[in-house]
Amino acid sequence: MEIIYALWLRQVRRYTRSSSRLIGTLGQPLLLLLALGYGIGAIYRKAGEGDYLAFLVPGIIAQTVLLSGIFWGLIILQDKRFGFLSELLVTPVSRIKILLGSALGGSTISIIQGILIFIISMALGFRPYDWILVLPALLILIVMSISLTSLGAGIASMVNDFQGFQGINNLLITPLFFLSSALYPLNNVPKPLAIISSCNPISYMVDAMRFFLSNTTHFGIQKDLIVITITMVLTITFAVDRFNKIEM
Amino acid sequence: MSKTIIKADKLVKKFGDFVAVNEISFEVKQGEIFAFLGPNGAGKSTTIKMLTTMLHPTSGILEMAGHDVTTERDSARKTFGIVFQDPSLDEELSAFENMDLHGVLYSIPKKTRYKRIEELLKLVELWDRKDTMIKTFSGGMRRRLEIARGLLHEPKILFLDEPTLGLDTQTRNLMWEYVRKLSNEKGMTIFFTTHYLEEAEDIAQKIAIIDNGKIIARGTTKELCKETKTETLEEAYLKLTGKTTRDESSADNNGLNFKTAMRNRNLR
Repeated sequence: MEIIYALWLRQVRRYTRSSSRLIGTLGQPLLLLLALGYGIGAIYRKAGEGDYLAFLVPGIIAQTVLLSGIFWGLIILQDKRFGFLSELLVTPVSRIKILLGSALGGSTISIIQGILIFIISMALGFRPYDWILVLPALLILIVMSISLTSLGAGIASMVNDFQGFQGINNLLITPLFFLSSALYPLNNVPKPLAIISSCNPISYMVDAMRFFLSNTTHFGIQKDLIVITITMVLTITFAVDRFNKIEM
Repeated sequence: MSKTIIKADKLVKKFGDFVAVNEISFEVKQGEIFAFLGPNGAGKSTTIKMLTTMLHPTSGILEMAGHDVTTERDSARKTFGIVFQDPSLDEELSAFENMDLHGVLYSIPKKTRYKRIEELLKLVELWDRKDTMIKTFSGGMRRRLEIARGLLHEPKILFLDEPTLGLDTQTRNLMWEYVRKLSNEKGMTIFFTTHYLEEAEDIAQKIAIIDNGKIIARGTTKELCKETKTETLEEAYLKLTGKTTRDESSADNNGLNFKTAMRNRNLR
């Protein structure tokens, strides 16, 4: 336990000491929140769809966690490139424990970021539908953080250079976010887009968040929870498998 | 000076069909200072990686203080400390935090841990900088801290992989003086690699030279010189390994660095 705590603490310490990392991962969601929340919100209301901010905030929280999780993967890559991982891997601690401690640290960071975005959106006028339901929303946030941090860790274990990581970032993260239900309702979009978005696990994470925070859902909460759980199992398996295969 | 602490028997490591280490056997006695020399790409790093459990041998037996590195990996890991060729500190943690994390990973109880960290940091003259972030440390300071860290769990064997690379003469002398002391006073076994042959000649009690994955000579400096009819270790070394330069490439890899070649092969 002490070992996992120490590895967790390492990640959290690094996070709290680097303000650029904080701004780096919060900047983009904040920008979207402002530009879309205020900019498109007015049109959205005119179109008779209601409060766009209430619709958007769960999506932006998901984006924050997605970015933060992948960003955190960079730390594993950094450890790999700059030698610290060698130090970790020759200690008498199993790889699973190393991954677990570090990934829990990464998830904690994502959760804090998600909560920060939630607080900021409150300042912008967002109100949760029911305060009691913020608790299950927090649970979704935690599960989402664990999944997406695992995804980041798995990817980072596979690639060996920062350019490669950047490429994956562009090829995977951007579509995962834009081709999900984070920004627009899936009711009226063209069929191909709706199909793609329905295959994207991020859509279900956003949808579950939306269910608890804004009382709307597209897929239904049961389906959301099933997909989220499967995604978590798959991403953790992926991370463990890839991390075990790292060769120094 | 009689107990064997590192034992390698017909050790082989293959990457695909490339044989990096080809049936090498050697023994290191407890308390010995052992130098492992060879040109770039000869199999030195691969051997060290197998010794330190970072790579699995393809075949052969490898024992550290009586523990087989493949079947009793964690016990084997507790027996050695290592200073890597490349820096391996967490830049964004302080010197003390780096030491402390290492101590936790080796399950050293808190009280003992703090006491030893203080002793070791004083020894390498970094105690007054213990709360400074590593980012601001010079190369020499980092190396000293890495040595202190490698000793924290009181290993029986200390691996030093090109430890003096890029260090100034003062730090280098200080480091070797300290290494000698460890070996004399604590009976610690030292296994090191270097490209500075004067260092090996000065410090090592036993030397093994590896080339093309095979150990081509072993013994004391005197024995090696006698065998090759030369005056210094450097001359002996050059006579044994030839005067041409190598890099980690060969004709079969189209002249590519070995790691790159392997990666390309995997991609194909």
